[in-house]
Amino acid sequence: MPKDSGIGASTKRREDLRFLTGAGNYTDDINIHGQAHVHFLRADVAHATINGIDLADAEKMPGVLRIFTGADFEPVGGLPCGWQVTDKHGEPMQEPKHPIIAHGKIRHVGEIVAAVVAESLAQARDAAEVIGLNLTELPAVVDMKTAVADGTTKVHDDLTSNLCYDWGFVEENKDAVDEAIKNAAHVTTLELVNNRLVANPMEPRVAVGEYSRSDDMHTLHTTSQNPHVIRLLMGAFVLGIPEHKLRVVAPDVGGGFGTKIFHYAEEAFCTFAAKAVNRPVKWTSTRSEAFMSDAHGRDHVTKIELAMDADNNFTAIRTETYANMGAYLSTFAPSVPTWLHGTLMAGNYKTPLIYVNVKAVFTNTVPVDAYRGAGRPEATFQLERVIDMAARERGVDPIALRRQNFVTEFPYATPVAVEYDTGDYEATMAKLEEIADMGGFAARRAESEKNGKLRGLGVNCYIEACGIAPSNLVGQLGARAGLYDAATVRVNATGSISVMVGAHSHGQGHETSFPQVISEMIGIPEDQIDIVHGDTSKIPFGMGTYGSRSLAVCGSAMVRAAEKVINKAKKIAAHLLEASDADIELKDGQFSVAGTDKSVAWGDVTLAAYVPHNYPLEDIEPGLEETAFYDPANFTYPAGAYACEVEVDPDTGKVTIERFSAADDFGNIINPMIVSGQVHGGIAQGIGQALLENCAYDENGQLLSASYMDYTMPRADDLPFYSVDHSCQTPCTHNPLGVKGCGEAGAIGSPPSVVNAVIDALQSGGKNVAHIDMPLTPSRVWNAMNNA
Amino acid sequence: MTSVTMTVNGKSVSGDVEGRTLLVDFLRNDLRLTGTHVGCDTSQCGACVVHVNGEAVKACAMFAAEADGADVATIEGQANADGSLSVIQQAFQDHHGLQCGFCTPGMVMSAAALLKDNPKPTEGEIREYLEGNICRCTGYHNIVKAIMAASGQDVAAIAAE
Ligand code: FES
Ligand code: FES
Repeated sequence: MPKDSGIGASTKRREDLRFLTGAGNYTDDINIHGQAHVHFLRADVAHATINGIDLADAEKMPGVLRIFTGADFEPVGGLPCGWQVTDKHGEPMQEPKHPIIAHGKIRHVGEIVAAVVAESLAQARDAAEVIGLNLTELPAVVDMKTAVADGTTKVHDDLTSNLCYDWGFVEENKDAVDEAIKNAAHVTTLELVNNRLVANPMEPRVAVGEYSRSDDMHTLHTTSQNPHVIRLLMGAFVLGIPEHKLRVVAPDVGGGFGTKIFHYAEEAFCTFAAKAVNRPVKWTSTRSEAFMSDAHGRDHVTKIELAMDADNNFTAIRTETYANMGAYLSTFAPSVPTWLHGTLMAGNYKTPLIYVNVKAVFTNTVPVDAYRGAGRPEATFQLERVIDMAARERGVDPIALRRQNFVTEFPYATPVAVEYDTGDYEATMAKLEEIADMGGFAARRAESEKNGKLRGLGVNCYIEACGIAPSNLVGQLGARAGLYDAATVRVNATGSISVMVGAHSHGQGHETSFPQVISEMIGIPEDQIDIVHGDTSKIPFGMGTYGSRSLAVCGSAMVRAAEKVINKAKKIAAHLLEASDADIELKDGQFSVAGTDKSVAWGDVTLAAYVPHNYPLEDIEPGLEETAFYDPANFTYPAGAYACEVEVDPDTGKVTIERFSAADDFGNIINPMIVSGQVHGGIAQGIGQALLENCAYDENGQLLSASYMDYTMPRADDLPFYSVDHSCQTPCTHNPLGVKGCGEAGAIGSPPSVVNAVIDALQSGGKNVAHIDMPLTPSRVWNAMNNA
Repeated sequence: MTSVTMTVNGKSVSGDVEGRTLLVDFLRNDLRLTGTHVGCDTSQCGACVVHVNGEAVKACAMFAAEADGADVATIEGQANADGSLSVIQQAFQDHHGLQCGFCTPGMVMSAAALLKDNPKPTEGEIREYLEGNICRCTGYHNIVKAIMAASGQDVAAIAAE
């Protein structure tokens, strides 16, 4: 019988009531009395020297309050990078200045060149049109390998080259890996592209800056996944505003997928300008602006070699990756191709020797940073593609080859520095075979063939590192922040509870799932518990939501805080019941004395805490409110196995997803309905990457895919119903809930199986196609088939 | 500036608008009906879908002045008179057809228009109809399921398929 509340129940989401009735409060819904509007004039060339900016005509346009250029931001700091990677020689990465508004030089299409603040948005736009730009265009650096060749134009004159870092991991293993590959019975080599993507949350970014002269207080309303991170970065590193004079509010946020983690120029601008013009200043991104100013994702070019012995045991992996950073380092960009990618190269397999080399490169393109999965999809894709290719080369079943090489004993220390605490890869694979009805595949293929279609089945496994992250570890790896989280459990006098959390919900349903945990612990109804998030003036200092961390890290902080509350409440109950603390039990909202029928209700204890007439004041303080910070001991390691079945139309090259199945191990689960929804959304993004989405530049650095006319978002009719299962559960051993995180799995786990399925379909039709780079559009598939 | 009068969710409203003011901006900025969202500038995402004279319309693709005299319905007017959720809204909640909620008003308005014309659409018909509504969160599974459920179809087997 499924539970109807608490941990494990599919409680319906309470936030839906406002979202379904138009009562959500998204940042663009915020309008402050007296607000002005900013329109950003953005570069339409990729690389140029700015010789001069003529504002004379624009400043005379109606409604214009002030026009800002790069010179206005010379005194303040640039946008900071939150992670410093050390290269294979032990040297720090090259780190260019990242201005709020371009100064002296333009380095990518979409970079802000001037900002017009006016009474209305239309007036600001009109004025921007008459700004005179005197530019000298420079050759654009777009291709990564060309970017690092000798003699190429530099994106940043003050750096020695376009190479941000050349990272080797684990450098000490390099010779042993080279040796193992040289001596292997078989080596499979694959060169591939992990296509550049745009996260595209449906809500574009918005920033509203406010300044109050009466108390010297700055407020920024922004579409952020982590308001405290923005407050810290913008306050301390950009504008020099101390934390107690800066409030950052991220209300309802319409999706993030990583791209709303980062601190952006527009946020700093609106905060700065609100004081400068003494008016609230609002910016709402258009979708076209979003394409050229939201940090992009992926964009790796990789060569991977998989070595095996004569019995097909994996013996070594060697990779070389070029990772595009774009023109500047976005907040967490350097960590994505390194610590979020290299550490996952073992996958689900016991390969003893691994060496990963990553060259991060500056180009005249929009900065690239974390997008759902961030580094882990890139690792999974190359590994799971090369394994499939190896299976074909060796004439063995791709599932059997995987099984043969699975890690089976835990904890397992990989050769790439992480230790998996728990897992059962055989269980998720067996579950996948069942839910994907693999036994019925042959009949379905025969049916497709009758209809003139090629049918293919592709499988892959994945592992990811979530619950980001142990602070001391990431500190050693270059993080310039701690990655704990925090929660305050405030019990009110009548027993209801407000929980202030550092995590931020922008689709994940925390307002519903977090109370399920507290309800389970205390035994009061879920509707007695509310979650407060998204406002630095209300919540403790926490690091926000990304990397599938909310429940594993912030949820753990919440459990710790609730435990403190319960311990204190038990003391109060003991006093009221004239018993000893040790004998008090809490169940279903009642404190009782073990072995007796004496009890007192939760609400009576909480009331006593706030009306302490009969209360042990000499021993404990009144009130019932506790905060806990939680720093994880390790990452969590969700894992699973995915299967995709496609039909390919041999006449057009069009791929149709016929079935998609996912068997995941997320450890313990709080709300299965929400978990399934997270997996569905991730799968759609992964299928989007595999078949549809591509962020493309031409050789001049012009962005070719700058709207939904050119960038193909997955639509309902591109996708099937999915079959997802998360009944295989090996709980995480080192957090109190035993949870692993589920937000990114779908996006990490799905692209390889789609590509593997297409290759399988083509080969079944006698086409000798070994690989096609994503997205597998009809023209790419058709060309591959017809050139094979 | 021209003055426009229209009925929005059953109430008569009027305002002065520029010729270039879009219906969606009039709803959001002048009437403060911020449930209707803007997700793109090329009329492709469907976050802005409202009903004009009973038809689903992208409110970013219509000038406010063109809606003069029209009967407009937005997400704010979809719940039942007693404040409870409409059948479609309730199905979206029951089947987890929304996550961040940003596409949701457009999805609900599109679904309402679809079910008016086609009371029992197939899965394929729903997917095809939603071609103009983009959702980045849900992967559409639960949206399609919710619309099938709202039309009275048994969806119990779908999740387990
Ligand atoms: S805002 Fe109207 S279709 Fe996107
Ligand atoms: S629920 Fe977020 S875009 Fe659809």
